[in-house]
Amino acid sequence: MKKVECIIRPTKLDDVTEALNEYGIHGMTVTQVMGCGSQKGRKEIYRGTAYDIHLLPKIKIEVVVPALQVEDIIKIVRNSAASGEIGDGKIFISDIENAVRIRTGEKGLTAI
Amino acid sequence: MDVFFYNLYHSYLLKGEIQLKKKLLIFTCFFLLVSLLIPSFALAAEAEIDTGDTTFILMCAALVMLMTPGLALFYGGMVRKKNVLSTIMQSFFVIAIISIQWVLIGYSLAFGTDHFHLIGSLEWMGFIGVGMLPNPDYAATIPHQAFATFQLMFAIITPALISGAFAERMKFSAFVLFTLLWATFVYDPLAHWVWGVDGWLRNLGALDFAGGNVVHISSGVSGLVAAYVLGKRKGLGTESLLPHNIPMTIMGAGFLWFGWFGFNAGSALTAGSLAASAFLVTNTSAAAAAISWVVCEKLHHGKATALGAVSGAVAGLVSITPASGFVDPLSAIMIGLTAGIICYLAVAIVKFKLGYDDSLDAFGIHGVGGAWGCIATGIFASTAINEAGSNGLIFGNPQLVFTQIISLVATVAFAGIMTYIILKIVSFICNGLRVSEKDEDTGLDLTQHGEDAYESAAWGTSTI
Repeated sequence: MKKVECIIRPTKLDDVTEALNEYGIHGMTVTQVMGCGSQKGRKEIYRGTAYDIHLLPKIKIEVVVPALQVEDIIKIVRNSAASGEIGDGKIFISDIENAVRIRTGEKGLTAI
Repeated sequence: MDVFFYNLYHSYLLKGEIQLKKKLLIFTCFFLLVSLLIPSFALAAEAEIDTGDTTFILMCAALVMLMTPGLALFYGGMVRKKNVLSTIMQSFFVIAIISIQWVLIGYSLAFGTDHFHLIGSLEWMGFIGVGMLPNPDYAATIPHQAFATFQLMFAIITPALISGAFAERMKFSAFVLFTLLWATFVYDPLAHWVWGVDGWLRNLGALDFAGGNVVHISSGVSGLVAAYVLGKRKGLGTESLLPHNIPMTIMGAGFLWFGWFGFNAGSALTAGSLAASAFLVTNTSAAAAAISWVVCEKLHHGKATALGAVSGAVAGLVSITPASGFVDPLSAIMIGLTAGIICYLAVAIVKFKLGYDDSLDAFGIHGVGGAWGCIATGIFASTAINEAGSNGLIFGNPQLVFTQIISLVATVAFAGIMTYIILKIVSFICNGLRVSEKDEDTGLDLTQHGEDAYESAAWGTSTI
């Protein structure tokens, strides 16, 4: 089992969730996050003073999938979330030891 | 009354208390006689009260009252989430404090019989003697109480304006005490100087139609002093202390603009041509300043901001305030355009050069805009608009500019020095003016008031 964490542009949320749904991924966790990377911050102006805003709003989508699906998911997310510009985001993959469905107590792949 | 005594008389009869019968009969006759006489007195008084004027002034008082909750929103939107309630309280609670102070002592100090051309007497403490008959010294066609109530609303908004300078760091207890002392020892004397019969600035011939000196210069300068005395907010320059809700600020500015019609037009104290003229120039100046502020921003940073448009409008409203009863619409355009430019320069450039932290620009907008309005009145005033005023510079009377500058300097010196002294006294009594650093980090809403304006995202519904 692997966890795939995708940090994406907020405007791409619908595209990514639709593409994941088509592939058969129905369970995911979505969070509003702030972050910075190669994309520079932006300038905001309040009462004649310009402020550099370093952290930009992003969306984090977390899905836990069988290890075999990871490459497919990477493809799907890259296809649906990429704009080609700097600031498209990142994908992080990590191992998951186990999963438990709270309602039934099922464990492992059947729980996800 | 007659019916009451008649009923009483019968109830006694039924109880068989015959011995009272005669006494009550005499009493009833006496009241009948008095009640016949009273209407003739009342008619004599009513003849002087103009119902149109009275309606107008009461409505204007209500409009000016709404400016303070408007100010609460205007300021509230510009602070961080964690301080929005404390900032709103620093406007809203002033309504409560000053409403009581004004009835007990404030009105009398400001408008009572003159002492040394500096302060009113205590004769009207508790509004005793402030009755329903007009006071021709101030407003000959409305009940004295209507005038005093209208003036109350000005006394309320003035200390609330100062709160913009010390937002996000002052203790609530220190704020309450400061407001009470400032109203009593700065606002009330200043109002007397400018508007009270025999006040020295009024005798000098300085013009201040609706409160440029009394309300805006005084609050702006006091704000500047308070910003210096309290020191900068923690994190200024290293953290982004940005507005958390600009639509809230815009709604507040809308209430301010709306209420300002009562403020300026109502200062005519009659519902007539002068009120109409003041109404129009008020609107004109606000519009002109909104445009010039936004143009400055566009040239400076390349963007026209919504916060800039409403800040400009308020600067224009401030600047036209002393001039509103003396100038024509074209002068109002000049006053507004200039106000937008100089207030922009004050908040965008001068503030950072001088290094004070006037959180929400009470000085930059009310102090600077008020000072410009005071001088502009000396330039643009015309007796063609208001016979009771004077001609200004462009109508051949440069003397008025000097008179205006004297009133400006006197107001700045008095408000500045008194505010400094009051802050020192409050600091001594309240054991400091500022909240602790830890409390400032947590936010004033939780630490001063024990409440949170917005449900925490962690406990609420999805924020997406």
